[in-house]
Amino acid sequence: MKKWLLLLLTVIFGLIGLAGCSDSDTTSGNTKDEKVEITYGFWDKKQVPAIEEIVKLFNEENPNIKVKTELTPYGQYFQKLETAATGGALPDVMWMNGAHVEQYAEGKVILPLSELAKQDNFSLDNYPESLIDLYTVDGKVYGIPKDFDTTGLWYNKKIFDEAGVPYPDETWDWDKLKEAAEKLTNKDKGIWGYAALMGNQGGYYDFIWQNGGYIISEDGKSVGFDKPEAIEALKYNISFIKEGLSPTQAQMTETAASELFASGKIAMMFDGPWMVPEYKQNPDLDVAVVPKGKQRAVAIHGLSNVIAANTKHKDAAWKFVQFLGSKEAAEVFAKTGTVIPAYNGTQEAWIQAVPTLNLQAYIDGVEYSVPLPSVKSTGEIWQYETDVLKKAWSEEESVEDAVKELTKKANEALSKK
Amino acid sequence: MKELPLEVEVKANQKFKVSNLAKTRKRSDYFWAYLMITPLMLGLVIFYLWPIIQTFYFSFTEWGAFGQYEWTGLDNYKRMLEDTNLLKSFKNTAIYIIFTVPIGIFLSILIAVLLNQNIKGKSVYRTLYFLPVITMPAAIAMVWKWLYNSDYGLLNYLLSLIGIKGPQWVSDPKIALYSIIVVAIWSGIGYNMVIFLSGLQGIPKTYYEAAEMDGAGPIRVFFKITLPLLSPVIFFVSIMSLIGAFQVFDLIFMMIGKSSTALENTQSIVYLFYQHAFVLNDKGYAAAIAVLLLAVILIITAIQMVLQKKWVHYD
Repeated sequence: MKKWLLLLLTVIFGLIGLAGCSDSDTTSGNTKDEKVEITYGFWDKKQVPAIEEIVKLFNEENPNIKVKTELTPYGQYFQKLETAATGGALPDVMWMNGAHVEQYAEGKVILPLSELAKQDNFSLDNYPESLIDLYTVDGKVYGIPKDFDTTGLWYNKKIFDEAGVPYPDETWDWDKLKEAAEKLTNKDKGIWGYAALMGNQGGYYDFIWQNGGYIISEDGKSVGFDKPEAIEALKYNISFIKEGLSPTQAQMTETAASELFASGKIAMMFDGPWMVPEYKQNPDLDVAVVPKGKQRAVAIHGLSNVIAANTKHKDAAWKFVQFLGSKEAAEVFAKTGTVIPAYNGTQEAWIQAVPTLNLQAYIDGVEYSVPLPSVKSTGEIWQYETDVLKKAWSEEESVEDAVKELTKKANEALSKK
Repeated sequence: MKELPLEVEVKANQKFKVSNLAKTRKRSDYFWAYLMITPLMLGLVIFYLWPIIQTFYFSFTEWGAFGQYEWTGLDNYKRMLEDTNLLKSFKNTAIYIIFTVPIGIFLSILIAVLLNQNIKGKSVYRTLYFLPVITMPAAIAMVWKWLYNSDYGLLNYLLSLIGIKGPQWVSDPKIALYSIIVVAIWSGIGYNMVIFLSGLQGIPKTYYEAAEMDGAGPIRVFFKITLPLLSPVIFFVSIMSLIGAFQVFDLIFMMIGKSSTALENTQSIVYLFYQHAFVLNDKGYAAAIAVLLLAVILIITAIQMVLQKKWVHYD
């Protein structure tokens, strides 16, 4: 008898438990008074404080929408999204970059926002046109611009003063950069003049454009890595390593160049505005515009917020994305000096946020900026760039051989449907 | 006259009843036994067997974005024949196994035998050797990465004190794999040591006493008694560490950067699998690599099973 009683109780409690589950399920509908939880996926740890503040402001207006943040380091971010998208488990709202938007939009895993924006009178004119274009696929806007970034030449004033070299300014060109790097390099102290990073944005892309080359042809069918302008630009970059003015590729993979720079081991390097929160802590550091080659050029790119196509809380997600794209949210980003907000007119506040740094350099670059190329296979091409160019960077292979291999692989990727 | 058949009938009835009872008893035993292992079997089928079957199926497909795939027959396997990266990763994995498995087993037997003696602070040493096992592989990799750092690492600093310029431990393509092997051996010793210790304690003391009476020295005792009686444990450990070594991934992933020049010379089969499955989104080819790896492990384990008859003594 006892056994039966026990069994009966188990069943009853089990049912209660199940009922409890289904109960909470029904409450997560879209009725106004009930609580809804949405997740927000992104990759930059440095922006966590700003995002937390924005969520707090958002909750003042929308106390019933709980936002759960989900931080994934950039190295794994898109792998995780890809897997999550395949399994239908994307965060409701997430960051998107130009390299992936086409793939995600065509794969129908993110929501087109144009109609929602029209419905709610949410104006897309508040953002730079180039950024809206970046997130437009087949005439529909998929992402609301969040921020944008160009590249600046960061330098360590202390090392410059000790070597008696004047600080970089807008008159600098490739020769001047090389000359300064030679003067600033001090082997005894373990100081390198420049970090010749193997990165595309804020790296060899910028140099290739400055030299009159291109990355992806206008018809989108081939890459320009094997063109003489590109080869010359890559060689110029690698020459810093060859001549001992920059840490080697191996050294920079063991210790990140940004760490070496922040601790005064490197005199100059290219870096984006996202490093401001870190670099502003060292009073020796400042930033100038990138030097010019045959022409002025700098890569521009911006992130946006997108909504997963299969979100269960479309209304809540859209509300949150609208808020993320609002002037109020942009001002939080500006105030914390985290990134350059995309909302027109809020950039000035960003510059003012860190008065000790010449952040105007980033805004100056916008004028002659080139958008980061975005095609369906951008992610794959980037992978090939890393795989192949590192052989040239570590001087295992000549630049000519490397670009030949890279061009072949990248062109194949472009021709894939 | 009437009574007799009745008696027979009763007896027969009883007999029938007993055997029937035994049968149902047995049947219900089976039922309960199966019921008890159902959760485990379900887990095994859902989380192991089904994915293996699926992987096998996917190895004949090509994947597009977000889970669309199409049947391409043997294409992936044909592609393997020309893939130099795959060959290289097999070579890397082979070197890794050849060093980590025998050296790891040798060192763990040595330490187990030493710690089986009556020495002071025995449990402290046992704990120390076991510590790496309970530490996360990612944490181990991070710490060793710092130690190995060619410019600012402790290892090269110590070498510089005696006037040697240390190499680039994890960036030099010729050295990086061996640097990883050292970490792998170091972090694997503790686990094998514990298994060997329990094996050592299972050897009856009487053998040793008899050997002592006959005047055998400690080295002779080790080779004639300890080693043969430990051989089933050595066999078990060698199979397990071989399979583990075939699947090495985390150490390489954590210690060798994506843009490192040493990546080609360190990437293992599983690393290559990861690269194709999750970075290049080439899941069909990745599945084919996984199937190949499974086949290789099966064959090598089968060979070990055959060979064991020659050297493993089960009392």
